[in-house]
Amino acid sequence: MKSERRSFWPVVVTALSAALFVLLFLYLEHEWEIALLAVGLVAVLFCSARFGLLARVETAASDHPRTTILVNVVSALLVIVFLREEHFALLMLATVFLYITICLGLTLQFGYAGIVNFAGIAFFGIGSYTAAVLAVHSPLPHLLVILVSGLVAGLIGSLLILPMLRTRGHYAALVTIAFGILFRTFLEVNDLLGGPQGLKVPGMQLFGWSLNDNISLGPLGMISFYASYAVISLLLAAGAYTLIKRLERSWLGLNLDAVRTDETAAASFGIDLPRWKIFAFTAGNCLAGVAGGVYAMMSGFIAPASFNFGDSLLLVSIVLLGGSGNPLGVLPAALLVVVLPEKLQIIQEYRLLLFAVLVILILRFRPEGLLPRRIREYYAGWGRS
Amino acid sequence: MTSPVLTVDGLTVRFGGLTALDRLQFELSAGDFVGLIGPNGSGKTTFFNALTGIYTPASGNVVLSGEDITGLPPQKIYDVGITRTFQRLRLAPTLSVFDNLMIGNHRNLDHGIVANLFRRKRLKLEIEDNVEKSRLLLEQFSAPLASRLFDPVSQLTMIDRRRVEVCRALISEPGILLLDEPSAGMTHEETRELMDDLLASRERMPGLAIVLIEHEMGVIERVTDRCVVLNYGEKIAEGSYQEVARDSDVRAAYLGDD
Repeated sequence: MKSERRSFWPVVVTALSAALFVLLFLYLEHEWEIALLAVGLVAVLFCSARFGLLARVETAASDHPRTTILVNVVSALLVIVFLREEHFALLMLATVFLYITICLGLTLQFGYAGIVNFAGIAFFGIGSYTAAVLAVHSPLPHLLVILVSGLVAGLIGSLLILPMLRTRGHYAALVTIAFGILFRTFLEVNDLLGGPQGLKVPGMQLFGWSLNDNISLGPLGMISFYASYAVISLLLAAGAYTLIKRLERSWLGLNLDAVRTDETAAASFGIDLPRWKIFAFTAGNCLAGVAGGVYAMMSGFIAPASFNFGDSLLLVSIVLLGGSGNPLGVLPAALLVVVLPEKLQIIQEYRLLLFAVLVILILRFRPEGLLPRRIREYYAGWGRS
Repeated sequence: MTSPVLTVDGLTVRFGGLTALDRLQFELSAGDFVGLIGPNGSGKTTFFNALTGIYTPASGNVVLSGEDITGLPPQKIYDVGITRTFQRLRLAPTLSVFDNLMIGNHRNLDHGIVANLFRRKRLKLEIEDNVEKSRLLLEQFSAPLASRLFDPVSQLTMIDRRRVEVCRALISEPGILLLDEPSAGMTHEETRELMDDLLASRERMPGLAIVLIEHEMGVIERVTDRCVVLNYGEKIAEGSYQEVARDSDVRAAYLGDD
């Protein structure tokens, strides 16, 4: 069976235009420019999904999974290079990458396995607090601290899922809501973890290099220390994306889909429901925890107020907006949901309301999201042999 | 010397005060094609559900080739080689035909995390083998359907969906196939076509035993070697179609007492 691969140029063009868009979105300051860009992005995505342009890009991307990741990472690096002196823009960019990582975890949980998680930010918070405590009180190298942050979040999640296995649908969602609220309350009353005042977190040290120093280029100016965090977050998001895509294009992704679409049928064909639910929930929370670890070190300070239930809702709305089960959809959705309120001061106060309305509109008029999920393609050239 | 592969002894299922299945005796040998008939609510689907672990029987035994499988969970029942279809289709409409078939082939696939995420070359070979296998199986049922292997099930017609569901139950090469009213929602012609396909594919799977729940007596008469008639959860008759059709209890159950 010889199958020919499509050209990967559509991917390159898309990645570069996306990079240009992100650059403008982060760089421009007038509110009307930002609003125009946001509306433009939604319109372009909607139209290209409608007229099959997007399908061509996605087919090209799935024919060249590695090149796609590489091209996108390089164009994101270009954005970082252009923004090298802009502290705030880089902070936002890094936050977008971290949110992408959490939402890829949610995609695994909700988009594939069908487990609703309204405590996304709590697992992100568990990662943050773990990193804060370990960075101060343990000699572990920081790369390992971040890894352990993910493991702790995954572990606590795997305990939480045990009562969720006995319930279905809304009840499982309620368990996560309760956990999210419990988590914040626990932090506020726990003096060991700083109570409401929170904890200071040292900056990340990688192989003897401190990420919290600006890098001076002599007469060429300097590079904001946020650029280093943006790069780390980018690599994290890219790694998570690769793993999620590989998972989707394997029997594992199929098992999760079977669990989501029909539990009775799945069980009748030998699929161990608890096993795959625990797997999806734990792996998803690990991603959130790792992102949380990086976030703690980047922001230098964490407090219970950073981990609100409302933020968990924003995470869920990113997944729904992007297209449940399509990791690609997470990218533009995370960008919009994270950056828009920061750029448009009018929105800031009403952001929860605004995104709630947006989610309702999406669910009513386009329940499959901006970028609907496609049929699983196990390998390059799928279905064209 | 056909020794029974499946022996059901005194199987009883209760829902509260209602006895949905009452001390059922049932035997199935390799290669059998048995029809399971009876009025609505007589316990046919309940029998399937109790057999496949969806319901837990209140009492009785199910023995498969000497092994007691009473009350095992659905996953274990699948592993010992009993598969089924559902009266209301239970396919995943958003997934491709291939994906749906592979759900049915679960026990033959490698589900290791490392194997799936990091040994992609080997995984690709395994997937290619399964694409071939799926194509061959679908072709036994319908050549046009085999060419739609990569399409979502939601784009298929009713009869093709039924075919996919039967193939999903067959692809793991089970010993026993339970068909729960596969003709529901189809025309006579379509039902005939599906049954012909089924008889043809049975030729290629010697030893496969089939139990068919069916309301259309014409189908039962044509394809089955033996019939079991249920009424109010009890077996009221067993024998060839001609025998049970003459049985006075059966006539009473279907047509009323007088």
